[in-house]
Amino acid sequence: MSKTTTSEGSPRAPLRRRADDVAGLGLPRAALFVAPGLLLIAFFLLFPALWTLYLGSTNYRLTGLAAANPEFVGVDNFTGALDDPRFWNSLWLTVIFVGFSGVFGQTFLGFSLAWMLRNLKGGVKTFIETLVLAAWVMPASVVSFLWLALLDRRSGTLNALLGTEGAAWLIEYPMQSIVIFNIWIGTAFSMQLFSSAISAVPPSQLESARMVGASTLQQLRDVVIPNIKGHILTNTLLITLWTFNTFTPYLLTAGGPNAATEILSVYIYRTAIPGGQLGLGAAISLIMLLINLVIALVYMSVLRNKTPKKAVTA
Amino acid sequence: MTTIATVAKNRTVLHFASRVAFTGVLAIIGAFFALPMVWLIVSPFDANPTLTVSWPDWTLDNFTRLWENPYAMGSIVNSLILGVGTMLVVLVLGSLASYAMSRIQIPGRDAILYGLLLLSSIVTGTAAMVPTFQLITQLQLINTHIGVILVLAGGVLPTVIFILKDFMDSIPRSYEESARLYGAGPFRILTDIVAPIAKPGLAFIVVWTIVQVWGNFLVPFLLLRSPEMQPAAVLMYTFYTEAGQADLRLISAYSLVFSAPVLIIYFFVNRRFGFRFHGGIKS
Repeated sequence: MSKTTTSEGSPRAPLRRRADDVAGLGLPRAALFVAPGLLLIAFFLLFPALWTLYLGSTNYRLTGLAAANPEFVGVDNFTGALDDPRFWNSLWLTVIFVGFSGVFGQTFLGFSLAWMLRNLKGGVKTFIETLVLAAWVMPASVVSFLWLALLDRRSGTLNALLGTEGAAWLIEYPMQSIVIFNIWIGTAFSMQLFSSAISAVPPSQLESARMVGASTLQQLRDVVIPNIKGHILTNTLLITLWTFNTFTPYLLTAGGPNAATEILSVYIYRTAIPGGQLGLGAAISLIMLLINLVIALVYMSVLRNKTPKKAVTA
Repeated sequence: MTTIATVAKNRTVLHFASRVAFTGVLAIIGAFFALPMVWLIVSPFDANPTLTVSWPDWTLDNFTRLWENPYAMGSIVNSLILGVGTMLVVLVLGSLASYAMSRIQIPGRDAILYGLLLLSSIVTGTAAMVPTFQLITQLQLINTHIGVILVLAGGVLPTVIFILKDFMDSIPRSYEESARLYGAGPFRILTDIVAPIAKPGLAFIVVWTIVQVWGNFLVPFLLLRSPEMQPAAVLMYTFYTEAGQADLRLISAYSLVFSAPVLIIYFFVNRRFGFRFHGGIKS
């Protein structure tokens, strides 16, 4: 309205702490601002999660009679899943996949890279970091095709390099393939997290360790690891959650050969969508949601103890 | 004397050996990460690409081929529609919600924020694919872009609200006070005062959301049936799995065109904003 803005930046502004509602929003209008967003989340995120409970206790199918008139079958789906050797196979493969590719592979390789690159400057460092990051940000469909080309039986580059003509990696070593594939994709996160953690280790401590003649391994064990314990925990929990929920291996092997790479996410998809058993698929989804809940609760409590704010973006 | 000399000599040998080992290990790790990428850099420019990486017979014909393929170009447009659509939804709803949450002590605010954070990490696309599929079917939004946009927006909105609330909290309140003194209403204050100041935050949300949606495979794969509707992430998968003999000239150019924007944007954002935003980028 007026052109003068003299009151702006007045030194008295910080004193008026009580007047929180500076924009004159008022509670009703604030609620109106918040409502659309929360409704969208409630409808497309919260509701599906809760609905899983109901769907899991019906014999819902994609097509046929049970699609029109689903019946309530109680815990049949859950007991059915628990009796099914395919479910246990899938759960076991998931444990191997998360353990080797996430917790062990990405953490170990990410930490090693962060440690090795910490004192390097310039070209080599930028080059390797760029490669590792690019692997992480490229769309899953592209990355999967690059790996299909690399591992191809007849004309793949890997066979050409190793001289192992005709080796069908994805058929002979399916689990190993998706584990390495996933390490390749995900190492960037651990590398970034650990390199910022390592740079925060007090240099004086490392200096004194070197002065008394500690070897690299001793420095790591006695100085670095104790200093970055919190980061290791954060890294492990997030990696576990993400690896557990990834669907990307499907693009490489589609769960096969047979069910050799059918991790839980792929098992749910194959059961519910091509298999048409929505009820059973929902029951397994519920198990997955519960596992996610446990990991997330542990993660949140860790965050709360450390830094109550700034939690999200880590 | 001799012992000291030997120790010193051993030291140098040891030091040299460890440098060699260090370089060797780093080279192997570098090769591991570079190896799959080489194909993407070389094949799009090769007149006769095979799956094996080889020195190319330079040409740009593959890109013409891509340009002339109606499905491939359409799918890139679809990716844009999904990305921009989702971005608009979360930008509007996210800034309204985060602004109100930043300025007003809404009852249970901290509980809501905690719940949102928890919810977004538990209800992932994979864990919720069955109910999501069923929900969109019942709403008769299967095979529509709106259905995909709503699901994706619901998925990223909690994170968006979180990030934006941080930005809003950092905006000094004195500006709004003065604007209000001169009679601006809350909505006017939001659009004319807060939005311009929060620009870096909003810009980040724009980029972050589009990158998220651009690469997302599962949600459109579940909800979009016909190839004319599918984004590049899904159609590319169809191209190399369902076509009997994969057309490598098309796929190589397609892969490069499809990943280039994300790579460019990402490294730009990385420079501008640094590490603190990396975590959420891929999920």
